[in-house]
Amino acid sequence: MYVLLIFLSLLFLAPFIWMVTTSVKSPDEVYLFPPKWIPSKWHFENFSNAWNMQPFNTFLKNSLIVTIMTTIGQIISSTLIAYGFARFKFKGRDVLFIILLATMMIPWEVTMIPLYMEFNFFGWINTLKSLIVPSWFGSAFYIFLLRQFIMSIPKELDEAARIDGANAFQIYYRIHLPLMWPIIALIAVFNFLSSWNDYLGPLIFLNDESKYTLTLGLAQFKGMYDVNMVGVMAVTFLISLPPLLLFFFAQKKIVNGVSSTGLK
Amino acid sequence: MKTSVSLNTVNSSIQVKKKKQWGNLAPYFFIAPWIVGLLLFTLGPLLYSLVISFFDWPIVGERKFVGFDNYITMFTDDPLFWHSLWVTVKFALLFVPLNIILSLFLAILLNKNLKGSSLFRTFFYVPSVISGVALAMIWAWVYNGEYGILNYLLSLVGIQGPDWLNKQGWAMIAMVIASLWGQGTMMLIFLAGLKNIPQELYEAAEIDGAGKIYSFFKITLPLLTPTLLFNLITTIISAFQQLTLALVLTGGGPLQSTYFYAMYVYENAFKYFKMGYSSANAWVMFLIVLCLTLLVFKSSSAWVYYENEVKNENA
Repeated sequence: MYVLLIFLSLLFLAPFIWMVTTSVKSPDEVYLFPPKWIPSKWHFENFSNAWNMQPFNTFLKNSLIVTIMTTIGQIISSTLIAYGFARFKFKGRDVLFIILLATMMIPWEVTMIPLYMEFNFFGWINTLKSLIVPSWFGSAFYIFLLRQFIMSIPKELDEAARIDGANAFQIYYRIHLPLMWPIIALIAVFNFLSSWNDYLGPLIFLNDESKYTLTLGLAQFKGMYDVNMVGVMAVTFLISLPPLLLFFFAQKKIVNGVSSTGLK
Repeated sequence: MKTSVSLNTVNSSIQVKKKKQWGNLAPYFFIAPWIVGLLLFTLGPLLYSLVISFFDWPIVGERKFVGFDNYITMFTDDPLFWHSLWVTVKFALLFVPLNIILSLFLAILLNKNLKGSSLFRTFFYVPSVISGVALAMIWAWVYNGEYGILNYLLSLVGIQGPDWLNKQGWAMIAMVIASLWGQGTMMLIFLAGLKNIPQELYEAAEIDGAGKIYSFFKITLPLLTPTLLFNLITTIISAFQQLTLALVLTGGGPLQSTYFYAMYVYENAFKYFKMGYSSANAWVMFLIVLCLTLLVFKSSSAWVYYENEVKNENA
């Protein structure tokens, strides 16, 4: 059994190892057959060289802005909306909630053109707003996760606060928000990953290099320096580092969060 | 005395009324951002794209209402439509079952709770956290026909590997393998499903003398069918939306052998700027995915067991 598990692990890890060792090889060691797993000398300067061949600092800045701003937006909007769905009875609530769940099924291909036109109309094309603003209106999946959580909070807490004179917003802000932190952290992690890794959004809405995010920059880099495998692998490694680090630190959270999604 | 009491009640009833009015509006205040988002970013665009699909709508220049022409052209006069659809179906036919078998197999291995299981779980899941572009970059180099590690490993066992990304047929298989590498999410969902199966059932089966294979088909698989249904639907949907990998890894080639439907929609919109036609393409895909999903759901009553059903059977 262990032999099988170790063999499979090696299969899954081999591409990563191949990426890492390639990125520190000297150019003449890269194009060898049979290939060498371990370079004879580790060229760490490959990373800074590759990074500086393109304005990757600008791309990094853009990626950071988008990732941080969308995460803040998702947390504020999704918690408010989820609270609205979980704690109030109002006309059409259940129908609206079903619509909310159904929107998760809409493929991006269908909305891509109208969104492009709309953002063009708003003057958001080729600005990071096209990626940031929609996240301030909640995301169905996050709202769903939060709503499930809020519904598990005893209603007596709300009642007690209401008797003390708190209004609906104060109840959200003082009682629910602090309790929601575990789910908010999960959403922050999920959103970091999806926003940092997003390629199609930037591809469609950004066209000026100064606005590129890292994924777009990497794809362009590959197009320009296809033969420079060392550089491509070095940049790929650097760009993958934040998600990988985040995964190692928040592993338990991510694993539990993902696991629960299938058990609706 | 009497009047003051009644006044009091009147006052308080007014207060209650005020509060109620507020209470009626409060929920809308909270969900308002979502309603605006729904109109502006999801449902609105969805419906708008249906409208566009009935127009000849270039990115600049005159728009013309053409009725069903875009749809008719697609089905009768556009070989690329059928080709890309077929490429996508081929990919789905290979990828969907393999993905489910692989992730289920890994989940079962991990569910044995051997020492170090969580470490192996990390290894199997970690490819899923990096971006699709990074994944494509890595595999482009792994698949390299001359210097790639894959052909080197194959040569160790005496197989002469193909030039993966430049050979028709092999490029599709390359796409499937690279996609399988990112199966982690599905594996975790299966693992959670497996953990949900009560251990007593296996013990009971063992006492009755059932073998491992028998337990797998009679206990594990039936009780896992709700999870299977969920994974089946999400995999089918993801197969039809596959674009990043095709764009970055193969560019749709060689000879358009990996020209996915999503790529066809994308290029009609942003390469040829046929907004109306591309919207019609997208709607056809939306309807196909919707029908497939409904079909899977409909069929599910025949093969998905829900726990209470089983409980009833047992009782």
